Amino acid sequence: MRIPGLNLQWTVLPGDAPVAIAAVGEWQWTEAARLAREGGGRLVSLWGADHRDLSEDEDEFSVYAAYAVQAGLAIVRLVVAEPALSYPDLSGLFPAAARMQRALFDLLGIGASGAADTRPWLRHGAWAEDAFPLRRDFDAAKLPPNALADYAFVRVEGDGVHEIPVGPIHAGIIEPGHFRFSIVGEKVLRLEARLGYVHKGIEKRFEDFTVAEGHRLAGRVSGDSTVAFAWAYAQAAESLLGVVPPPRARWIRALALERERVANHLGDLGALGNDAALAFALSQFMRLKEDWLRTSGEVFGHRLLMDLVVPGGVASGFDAAGAERMVAESKAIEVEVRDLRDIFDEHAGLQDRFLTTGRVTPELARKLGLTGLAGRASGQANDLRADFPAAPYAELAVRKAGYAAGDVAARVHLRFDEVLESLRLVRAIAMGAPDGELRVELPQPRAQAFGAGWVEGWRGEVLVALEAGEGGRIRRCHAHDPSWQNWPVIEHAVMGNIVPDFPLINKSFNLSYSGQDG
Amino acid sequence: MIHILKRIVRTGIVSEDAPSPLEALRTRAPEIQAEVLKLLGRALAIRQVDAGSCNGCELEIQAVNNPYYNLEGLGIKFVASPRHADMLLVTGPVAKHMEHALRIAWEATPAPKLVVAVGDCGCTGGIFGESYASCGKVANVIPVDVAVPGCPPTPIAILQAILTAVASRR
Repeated sequence: MRIPGLNLQWTVLPGDAPVAIAAVGEWQWTEAARLAREGGGRLVSLWGADHRDLSEDEDEFSVYAAYAVQAGLAIVRLVVAEPALSYPDLSGLFPAAARMQRALFDLLGIGASGAADTRPWLRHGAWAEDAFPLRRDFDAAKLPPNALADYAFVRVEGDGVHEIPVGPIHAGIIEPGHFRFSIVGEKVLRLEARLGYVHKGIEKRFEDFTVAEGHRLAGRVSGDSTVAFAWAYAQAAESLLGVVPPPRARWIRALALERERVANHLGDLGALGNDAALAFALSQFMRLKEDWLRTSGEVFGHRLLMDLVVPGGVASGFDAAGAERMVAESKAIEVEVRDLRDIFDEHAGLQDRFLTTGRVTPELARKLGLTGLAGRASGQANDLRADFPAAPYAELAVRKAGYAAGDVAARVHLRFDEVLESLRLVRAIAMGAPDGELRVELPQPRAQAFGAGWVEGWRGEVLVALEAGEGGRIRRCHAHDPSWQNWPVIEHAVMGNIVPDFPLINKSFNLSYSGQDG
Repeated sequence: MIHILKRIVRTGIVSEDAPSPLEALRTRAPEIQAEVLKLLGRALAIRQVDAGSCNGCELEIQAVNNPYYNLEGLGIKFVASPRHADMLLVTGPVAKHMEHALRIAWEATPAPKLVVAVGDCGCTGGIFGESYASCGKVANVIPVDVAVPGCPPTPIAILQAILTAVASRR
């Protein structure tokens, strides 16, 4: 969890996630990034907090950067003070930092010095340029009229170049965002996304919750990853409270996470077939997904498993009959998924659309920090369940899937591999979960206590950083979705492809808008 | 191909019966003629608008399209443009940054402009409430005919809300 080569005072956080945190000076801030990069590490998240009321001169903010390094997650914290309020730009070392830095400015008014792109990212027209929602003195009563804000898209010029604007409302049952294509004929020269449409102020909203109840909001940062976010939040809360969840709760959390992975992958496989004109695939996979969700609903009381993972444990469990049902179901679905995989493999039309489409080479993926399932399809062999196996994953020996082709076909194959592995895990957990308590009592948090949670959701790594305030309340909660890393990579993946392949490429990543927008 | 056909035959028809309309979900009196509703009831075009949801409601709305619920068999289909739609199916809370887009989608929808607000957030603002970035419930931005609670509501509840909106008052 430490970054080697830097002489820092690391504090290892208690809890299930392997996380350490250290304070850095401005020079070390950049050096930490450089050393993390050199050691093959990746930037997981970047965020800030208003600590003026806690500092002596009442002028201090904190900026945090979290790096995944060989030993775990290393978080560095830099204190920045008024009036300069800036920190060295990281986007030169980690391109994924660019949008996070823009968001950090929109929400807290702390800018990255030396950053090339300083356009607003999360702020459209809902709040003023000089008002910063995450500052503790932000006055929500003083808002400007909600006007439309222009956005300076990068223009591509030349003979025959024209633009196609798409969104924010898309032609399907999907989340909103805007895509600006610059094209010649059918070929995409450049895609630029503008997101932030579903920004609903989640990080500010956390301040209205106590540490004990914040999992409900965390579980709604991105509804398709509710288990991953709630688990990461629970880890952070438990780390901050010094609480250890009971063994059975950990197994049930893993079961829920794998059920969430299977549900999403089944849905995506169907949608990917459909986007390549094989409607049969959609019907088949949506049928399997519905069966799967109904079982989740009947065993755990919620089809998407919302509010199952709570700080200190889980809200409900399953009995022997539930375990048997889940084992039998996962065996039956495995037969069907293998059958459908054969159909996908032998379908020439489908393979023609999938192969070489939306390619991200391993080199580009590494450079841009492509993460999660899309990363694993582009040679980035990272999976927290295998790399840092906390209980119960250490006993389950997760087999990490991986491909190097980086095209839609690779992302489809990866999903098939992961569904099959998760079905195995569901059986192993349902049969092997130890008996015992489901949750433990929570103590009152100490003000300013800090905790972090880090979980491999179906889309990629989810990070939650949590700071307690007075009276058990949340002072600051940062919930990071892996879509932050992967959205900019889609812009590269579509270059040179034809416009009609965009929905297919986009679906093959299936990134979260709500998770990114916050 | 033979593999696909065999599988289609083996799967058979899995569609289930549709739920009955539920008057309790109605939030305002229907303004439109019973005849129009009768007509719409046989062929309803819906434009779904995510105005700020966490995507949980979208997952369940997508599920309404799966073979179990046989939506198209009921004469209901999702369309790509509000101009082709009889109904907007809106999830929320309405993010401030989506307020304008939702209004213009509503304006672009031809009468009778039925609106169904989906989910706790669409009904009340839900866990996100009203804030610097959220307008809260859908009815704070456009008129709502039927609101279906749930976080997210089940596919059956969503289908019931859609059918309630087009059912003439008894």
